[in-house]
Amino acid sequence: MSMSEGKDKDKVKMVDLQSLLQETGVNEVLDELDRELVGLAPVKTRIREIASLLVVDKARAALGMEGTRPSLHMCFTGNPGTGKTTVAMRMATILHRLEYVRKGHLVTVTRDDLVGQYIGHTAPKTKEVLKRAMGGVLFIDEAYYLYRPENERDYGQEAIEILMQVMENQRDDLVVIFAGYKARMNTFFQSNPGLGSRVAHHIEFPDYTVDELEKIAETMAAELGLRFSATAREAFGEYLELRRQQPNFANARSVRNALDRARLRQARRLLEAGHVDADMLVTLEDADIRASRVFDESREQVNGGEAAC
Amino acid sequence: MKITQGTFSFLPDLTDDQIKKQIEYALEQGWAVSIEYTDDPHPRNTMWEMWGLPMFDLRDPAGAIGELKECRKLHGDCYIKINGFDSSRGFETMRMSFIAHRPATEAEYRLEREEGPGRTVHYKLQRVYA
Repeated sequence: MSMSEGKDKDKVKMVDLQSLLQETGVNEVLDELDRELVGLAPVKTRIREIASLLVVDKARAALGMEGTRPSLHMCFTGNPGTGKTTVAMRMATILHRLEYVRKGHLVTVTRDDLVGQYIGHTAPKTKEVLKRAMGGVLFIDEAYYLYRPENERDYGQEAIEILMQVMENQRDDLVVIFAGYKARMNTFFQSNPGLGSRVAHHIEFPDYTVDELEKIAETMAAELGLRFSATAREAFGEYLELRRQQPNFANARSVRNALDRARLRQARRLLEAGHVDADMLVTLEDADIRASRVFDESREQVNGGEAAC
Repeated sequence: MKITQGTFSFLPDLTDDQIKKQIEYALEQGWAVSIEYTDDPHPRNTMWEMWGLPMFDLRDPAGAIGELKECRKLHGDCYIKINGFDSSRGFETMRMSFIAHRPATEAEYRLEREEGPGRTVHYKLQRVYA
């Protein structure tokens, strides 16, 4: 003991945080996150913070300072299609690179995978899922369905209790991420305060702006080997404005669906045209977008309004 | 008498850390790990009780170690073994099976000889209860 103290006095040890960060290769994942995911600024900031915390913790450990492992159970709230699952997948990779989890796989489950059908069925089912998730990240989608206050004998409560126990006692073995819509998630945590207090990081996923959605659409189209013509791009912008006003708008997911339907219409148009060249095959035109029902409804509304006048 | 069988039977008992590493190895090979226990470790007894189903889709030994601990708690007076099942074509069998726990007092066996027709001798391992 006295020897090591003497050593520390002789030489003030330094740790290069940047090189430590480089070593883990986590920067690449973070940059990839910035590049590939449009928008989501608050989410990205939070993830960078978590990564920094873990790097600093590693530096502390390198200097022989004892520290407790931070709790990294998380809650992702946001509207549908805001990228919760995608980010969870990246999160698993980041935590693996930083050696917070040993394997870095993501296990996605919903209520059905955790809660059993009859007495005594829930515990083995939940434990089975937890075993599979160990060494990685457990992602519980629409977590509020676990708790059904209208049925006091619902087995969901049992699953929650097992989850809580493992979250507390086996923090080294897995990270749990809860995901769902904000309002319902809040009620869920209010009615299960024990669970809420074990989740340290609440990350909110904002809705995308129209600009961001357009960018997402272009990326998705590029993945499909398609591109928008100038007029189609304009039409798609208008489409998004209209679609956003409608109920059940699911952000990036709606964009994907719209794109899929546009592809169908493009295919029909090309077949009807008969002769095509390479350029036509990969270009989505104005007409493919404008044929959408979303435009019809808005026209109807305008007409309806006029009729009322 | 110390009863030995299966993989590593010639080695001293594995520590928990070593057991974990072996499970880790089995998982790396893509084998399904399962836990079995018995109070009758006769070498010809291949039917040990299953402790739950084989753990398919396991990625990390922590899950299996947890099960082993549970099993020890409940069946501390039994022998517990860990198996690694290889489902790949050509094998479709256990590739690994080792004893991970033994009771404080081990089972005793006695060798019995029986004379048959033509002075042939039949050998029999008979369990002896203290």
